[in-house]
Amino acid sequence: MSRKVLVIGEIKDASLRNVTFEAIAAAQKISNDGEIVGLIIGDKDLNESGNTMIQYGADRVITIVNEQLKTYTSEGFAQAVMEVIEEENPEAIIMGHTAIGKDLTPKLASKLESGLISDVTDIEVTGDNVVFTRPIYSGKAFEKKIISDGVIFATIRPNNITPLDKNENRTGEVSSKDVTIKDLRTVIKDIIRKTSEGVDLSEAKVIIAGGRGVKSKEGFDPLNELAKVLGGAVGASRGACDADYCDYSLQIGQTGKVVTPDLYIACGISGAIQHLAGMSNSKVIVAINKDPEANIFNVADYGIVGDLFEVVPKLTEEIKQLKVNA
Amino acid sequence: MNIYVLMKKTFDTEEKIAVNNGKIEDDGAEFIINPYDEYAMEEAIKQREEHGGEVTVVTVGNEDSEKQLRTALAMGADKAVLINIEEDVEETDQFTTVKILEAFFDDKDVDLILAGNVAIDQASGQVGPRLAERLNIPYVTTITDLQIKGETVEIERDVEGDIEKVETTLPLLVTCQQGLNEPRYPSLPGIMKAKKKPLEELELDDLDLEEEDVEPKTKTIDVFLPPEKEAGRVLEGELDDQVKELVSLLNKESKVI
Repeated sequence: MSRKVLVIGEIKDASLRNVTFEAIAAAQKISNDGEIVGLIIGDKDLNESGNTMIQYGADRVITIVNEQLKTYTSEGFAQAVMEVIEEENPEAIIMGHTAIGKDLTPKLASKLESGLISDVTDIEVTGDNVVFTRPIYSGKAFEKKIISDGVIFATIRPNNITPLDKNENRTGEVSSKDVTIKDLRTVIKDIIRKTSEGVDLSEAKVIIAGGRGVKSKEGFDPLNELAKVLGGAVGASRGACDADYCDYSLQIGQTGKVVTPDLYIACGISGAIQHLAGMSNSKVIVAINKDPEANIFNVADYGIVGDLFEVVPKLTEEIKQLKVNA
Repeated sequence: MNIYVLMKKTFDTEEKIAVNNGKIEDDGAEFIINPYDEYAMEEAIKQREEHGGEVTVVTVGNEDSEKQLRTALAMGADKAVLINIEEDVEETDQFTTVKILEAFFDDKDVDLILAGNVAIDQASGQVGPRLAERLNIPYVTTITDLQIKGETVEIERDVEGDIEKVETTLPLLVTCQQGLNEPRYPSLPGIMKAKKKPLEELELDDLDLEEEDVEPKTKTIDVFLPPEKEAGRVLEGELDDQVKELVSLLNKESKVI
């Protein structure tokens, strides 16, 4: 059975987030040769982003450009998306499990009186069944779920579903749609950027994380250096945040961000169960810790017992060498 | 102000997870108030201290949920409501829970509903926003600051590490993020008082709901544990050699750099 799938794309800092391409790949599995319709929303011309979605596998894209959709609000975006859903009648809807995805999709599901499977890390299609896998109990277990009634609706966790290869020759229709946005009860007054420019923690392929062993704010400097060389992001354990070595926006763990990068380098992190909940599904884990008994070594693929202030700079140098020789 | 807190009991964060017959084994497990719901509880009490009114904590659960409700009463909630669905409902999802809560709130005069931004067990984060939509009130998720000034509400919320300043109005539903406050521990006098505070128990019947009204829209077909990770390799030898070996492993074996 082929299905029409709506992919709700997401723009951040004027470009499409990677998870949008992952959502298209997810949609392709579910659609089974049906149609993949992209949707992007904003306040400036979105033609280029629309074409990019097509190059990544969407068949056509609808753009909604409206002054009142400049910043995301659940009410504004829900009105826009609902108009498209009512017009297109998709059999499935996919979006990224991002701040916006988490905030918007429950509202849409509630309007549609539909199910919603959030934070999906894998999708299998067998016959007419679409089976979604998602972590539960902070990644200590997984469940497989299906939608038993109504539209198939899911959000996917960034970094888990491989996007399709970009095909510059792929073409499709990008059409704009006018909507009227009314009765907004919430207004965004200001956004204070605390995350540094550069790589987004939840989408990063490489994360260098520091714990109490980092000892001070300045202690993060060697970690930042290593992250720069690897094109990665810097994260932290709760211990480091509580000790005020860094901002809570960097926190990885049960309370904090859940990340699944290709490479996670834990520096001076003991590996409390709450921290593991946020990173244990990373593809490769490296632990650097002075204490050979530290719990982090139990989940690490590779470990170095030693002082992070000695090990990390050497590691940075060695990787620089590797990049030079490559 | 009529303040309501949505609460869920969850496994203690330290609990080991075991699977039995495609289900999470919960025999003998320690349960706690979902940690994010504790922020909601604390904020509810703080707002009542500032603006007056009453805090009611509501949970959809079974008779064991009484323990967490008593804890919430000991923290300072005025009333507790247990919607006990154990007898009536076999499978639930977020649609089910919200359908039940919607019926509960149908005749209530609400100013503020607080919930955790996510429960640490199922981690869907859906119940709050879904309920607000059914009740036709605005919602703001992952809040880290809440100031109520008359009818206007000024909020700061965490958006992937950035802070968004939002203005909205009552009645309102918010979901709470770490950083909003430091939840208090129940005091001994609080625990004594909690025993005498009202705890109302309702069933589907009391909410004029039939079992078919709350039939879930999703179905769990399997629960499993992640594959056991092979024991990792702690490198040995001189530090310089270890670092060289690590880079070579990451580059050639794991191919991640």
